[in-house]
Amino acid sequence: MYPEYMRPSLEKVAQTRNKRFELAKSGKPVYPPMSAEEREEVLKKFHPDYKPEARRKISIGPNKGEQLTTEVADMLESHSRIKPGMFDLTRSDYETDVLIIGGGGAGCAAAIIAMQKGAKSIISTKLRLGDANSMMSQGGMQAAVTDQDPPTRHYLDAIGGGHFDNKPQLVRALTEDGPEVVKWLEDLGVVWDKHEDGTMQVLHGGGTSRKRMHSCRDYTGAIILRTLMDEVRNHPDKITVLEFMPVIELILDQKGQCAGGVLYNLETEEYFTVKAKATIIATGGYGRLHIRGFDTTNHYGATGDGLVIAYRAGAKLLYMDSVQYHPTGAAFPEQIAGFLITEKIRGAGGQPLNKHGELFVFPREPRDVESSALIRECLERKNGIATPSGRLGVWLDSPLIEMLQEKGYINKQFPAMHRQFIRYGIDITQEPMLVYPSLHYQNGGIEINDKCETNIPGLYVAGEVSGGVHGRNRLMGNSVLDYNVFGRRAGKYAAEYVKSAKLGALSLDHIADYEAELKKAKIQTALITPVLLPSYTPEDVRKRQLTAHYEGTLR
Amino acid sequence: MATQITVREKPAKRTGTRAPKKDTQKEMVTVFIMGKAHQVPADATIMGAIEFAGYQIKRGAGCREGFCGACATVFRLPGDYKIYTGLACTTIVEDGMWLSQLPAIPSQKPVYDINKLEPNVATFQKLYPEVFRCVSCNSCTKACPQDLEVMDYINAAMRGDIEAVMDLSFDCLSCGLCAIRCPAEIVQYNVGLLARRLYGKYLAKESKQLKKRIQEIKEHKFDKEYNELMKMKKEELKKEYYDRDLE
Repeated sequence: MYPEYMRPSLEKVAQTRNKRFELAKSGKPVYPPMSAEEREEVLKKFHPDYKPEARRKISIGPNKGEQLTTEVADMLESHSRIKPGMFDLTRSDYETDVLIIGGGGAGCAAAIIAMQKGAKSIISTKLRLGDANSMMSQGGMQAAVTDQDPPTRHYLDAIGGGHFDNKPQLVRALTEDGPEVVKWLEDLGVVWDKHEDGTMQVLHGGGTSRKRMHSCRDYTGAIILRTLMDEVRNHPDKITVLEFMPVIELILDQKGQCAGGVLYNLETEEYFTVKAKATIIATGGYGRLHIRGFDTTNHYGATGDGLVIAYRAGAKLLYMDSVQYHPTGAAFPEQIAGFLITEKIRGAGGQPLNKHGELFVFPREPRDVESSALIRECLERKNGIATPSGRLGVWLDSPLIEMLQEKGYINKQFPAMHRQFIRYGIDITQEPMLVYPSLHYQNGGIEINDKCETNIPGLYVAGEVSGGVHGRNRLMGNSVLDYNVFGRRAGKYAAEYVKSAKLGALSLDHIADYEAELKKAKIQTALITPVLLPSYTPEDVRKRQLTAHYEGTLR
Repeated sequence: MATQITVREKPAKRTGTRAPKKDTQKEMVTVFIMGKAHQVPADATIMGAIEFAGYQIKRGAGCREGFCGACATVFRLPGDYKIYTGLACTTIVEDGMWLSQLPAIPSQKPVYDINKLEPNVATFQKLYPEVFRCVSCNSCTKACPQDLEVMDYINAAMRGDIEAVMDLSFDCLSCGLCAIRCPAEIVQYNVGLLARRLYGKYLAKESKQLKKRIQEIKEHKFDKEYNELMKMKKEELKKEYYDRDLE
């Protein structure tokens, strides 16, 4: 329930609703979309990336000298958990064709395709299979299937949303594979939202000029990923799943090819080696680093592990200076602060409103622009609504959706959102939600080409941990598509590669070399990475944990 | 020596299912985590309370927003004989709550070839024969943290009504609390998953539009336009983008 003092503002939202409904129904834009100059201005002044302390120069590794997101640079300038001398690399504990690091959407898709191409794989995952941001995507997946929407229009939307920094070949792969992915997933058993005659139900998302958002109610990621996981588990002879066993370093060979990784059993705290002809990193993003102190929509395991192990092995990163804040994270109630409120709400007609119940931005600008406009409305224009704990937010008018679509639409299309709020006595069919931007997505990552190859032979990367697909800003619905398109491609090209790959003697020398580089650059840090698990232990408890010398699992 | 990641230095924004800052002004309650008493904030979720008490969760935390089913929890309340179930990430603590997380749920999942199944009752009889042991006690429904009509979808599976199973189980998180409470030893969530896959693959009507588009791409219909776009300089592309019409 909203506190009494918010009532007058809620009443204003209700008062302006009819007028906003009439305008929305007329089909005209409910608010003028921003020009290129307006976008630039609001981003420069209000996007968290543009704060001077948001970026700093990294002193070591393949991107040495570049400005990266500060928290990422901190994470990369760190020590390994291991020393090369700890391991006898002449024998391996596991051997396989393809080592897949990460059990989310990209990892599962890669394993399925690699298996179909004849390659055996091991999926190493830090938590359970399917513990990933892929599971949490609500609103949908873009794919251009309608007559008025050629895939090249999808290309244009994606590259414009990404500020024209996206790698063209990757955007082409993303958009051209889209329709095929919809079909592939349906053939595996994904239940898409459809019209009576079987036509795909499509909605708008932020930054789309055509309706191309495909969904599974608001459990899109959950439905897709559980289907992929089930398929993975139907092939235990070809795909081995190792849960609570993250890869904490890559292994190279003498020729500089990727040759597998070092596993760490989170529970028994043992280490194992895997020898693999090809390796796919599919570890997802980094929201749990809480960049700029923001709350996050991300999974518990989203700690950027793949970035640091690849970086130590010499892989190049791209656009690691750009962070995505989702415009609509929950701002109230406090227990769900930062949680994702799907963009599908705005796709279906929901509107962001200030404390006077007025629209102040086109509801479907690309995410970085929309987020910046929300922050401006709260901080500069002082039109936000303060919560009892001192957060600021703006309204996201959901009852309008029922007027624009039909009664019962929210329960049918947004069961997860309805459930999330009704627990706290807020019925989103009757009242709006209070929202503020929340840390959502790693725009950049390990640079790949359209075969998911990196600058290290035998190392493939797919999904959020990769960089280049989305430029410096991803559109809604392109990450679900990304993990499917590039997960499949990584599986395919890695399986082809292993047919002729020949490994030399295995080596962990790059770990020692990186340590030497740290020393040479005079970097003083106690940080050991990959981070693996975020810690939410209160300060006073931590002070009493006298023998814990590592906050994650190393004791 | 304590190692720091940035998140620790900024406790001000730490909320949600994350452990709140210790604050003497805050109303506190006592909860018994696996039997051990801890003072935790009255408005914390179970997950927040466990972390507030100093536990580093390995198993038992996932998406933290009610989508992944990693944090199945059972608890009792004082003066009440009942066993309650919930997700740690979405359930608020109560004074005197005695709770324990379930780190994993033992379950069976038969291996099958989805391409060789038929969307009918015989498939359930073959893969999940225990479904037909259901005694309609409704324990599964009562245990469901999503408030799904679990028993109803198990009954629908017994009738071979795949569409109903799909619809009623759609929002299932596979947390496993139904299976743990079931006296007939059914793994309800896997039955729901099988039904959804059968529906999506065999029963959902095909989209002709989608089929046509896939064919067009195969025939390289868009190659020319792609090649032009990919060659464009940033300024040209920018113009093209800002001039595009909106549906």
